[in-house]
Amino acid sequence: MTFLYDYVHYAGCFALVLIGLYAVLVKTNLIKVIIGIGLIDTGVNLFLVTTGYIRAGTAPIFSEAAAQGETMVDPVPQALVLTAIVIGVSVLALALSLAIRLYRHYGTLDLRKIKELKW
Amino acid sequence: MRKLISLVVLLVIVTGIGVSLVVTPFGAEEAEWEPPSRRERVNFGRYYVHEGLEETGATNIVTSVVVGYRGLDTLGEVTVLFIAATGLAAVLHAAAKKPVGSDRKPASLVVFTGCRFLFPLILLFGTYVFVHGHLTPGGGFQGGAVVASAFLLVILGCRGRRLNEETLSLAESLSGLVFVVAGLIGLVVGGAFLLDFLPRGTPYLLFSAGIIPIIYIAIAFKVGSELGAIIDKLSGSPG
Amino acid sequence: MILFQVLLIVVMIAAAVFAVRARDLMNAVIACALVSLMASIIFFFLQAPDVAMAEAAIGAGLTTAIFIFAIHRTVRHEEDEKAD
Repeated sequence: MTFLYDYVHYAGCFALVLIGLYAVLVKTNLIKVIIGIGLIDTGVNLFLVTTGYIRAGTAPIFSEAAAQGETMVDPVPQALVLTAIVIGVSVLALALSLAIRLYRHYGTLDLRKIKELKW
Repeated sequence: MRKLISLVVLLVIVTGIGVSLVVTPFGAEEAEWEPPSRRERVNFGRYYVHEGLEETGATNIVTSVVVGYRGLDTLGEVTVLFIAATGLAAVLHAAAKKPVGSDRKPASLVVFTGCRFLFPLILLFGTYVFVHGHLTPGGGFQGGAVVASAFLLVILGCRGRRLNEETLSLAESLSGLVFVVAGLIGLVVGGAFLLDFLPRGTPYLLFSAGIIPIIYIAIAFKVGSELGAIIDKLSGSPG
Repeated sequence: MILFQVLLIVVMIAAAVFAVRARDLMNAVIACALVSLMASIIFFFLQAPDVAMAEAAIGAGLTTAIFIFAIHRTVRHEEDEKAD
């Protein structure tokens, strides 16, 4: 059971990144590729927050009712991930607008038909 | 051929991750806290947790890290969001199309009335989330996203009601200006950009923690109006 | 409590696999929203309420909306994979 406790969060994050990477490399529909980019974003954010976790720690927020001497988890990865989530959605929006323009120009979203884009 | 090479690349990555996974601990134990003067290297996580309340006055440590200790990174993030929204508007400018849903039956009366009723309530909740960002979980990004969800509800449910684009771009520009001007005032007063020049106040009160509430309110307006403008552009603005 | 987090991670990975393999793009987008929702709950269990709130509002709400708008203006189904 402690084996699960040690590794399952990291394994889940890495599996999510690998599934997203598979979608970016292999799929030929442009929207599938963008979905893969979104999955990679979610996996990396999950990994960053997982590295800041301290066993039996609480959220880094003081309150009047709680005692002052409690162990708190690391707040720096949470601050980084807060910014990264908003940047991730803005990158997805820009990528989707480019996909819409490509569709209007080529009539298809298949990357094999759009010339010189897929290897 | 492509699939084979992709699978080989993935196999190499999996092997590397598996080797590094063996030596990464999960949930390390917290050591004893020592003041920074007695050690060579500072662990910034523990430093912010132990000294954050006295130095910034905000009880939400993540807020004091995002806006206080790492305020310049937040300014960079706001810039990236602005560039993405501008790029999207420029790319989709010539792709004018009829708005989503204008060629089918409009929403029924129940949906229309429900959306009209819910819109100010969602705005109120989003305002509560970002105004109390330095006391409870929440803040500018979360509150701005909730406000953008209210705009999305209006676009989807109310018949033919569009957002006012001039008001959105005016709100976005003014809030970005407020952020930079607050930093410049800190530069003039104290000699450092984004210096905390307002009094700290007592913790747990609404008017405390220096300029952190002001900056977070500006960030909330900027994020909310920018995400609302992105959704408005993507759903097909007329003309 | 750790078993509940294991269940959430398993559901998240299953939804991600379904999102990559679905032919109808609407199904893939809904599965993406499910991945974001599971990630938001796992953030809560990792004692990060700010990040959980942001991921739920932005990942499971706004990202799904912009994907659906983009699918409405382009294709709905993925093309068949031919051997190349």
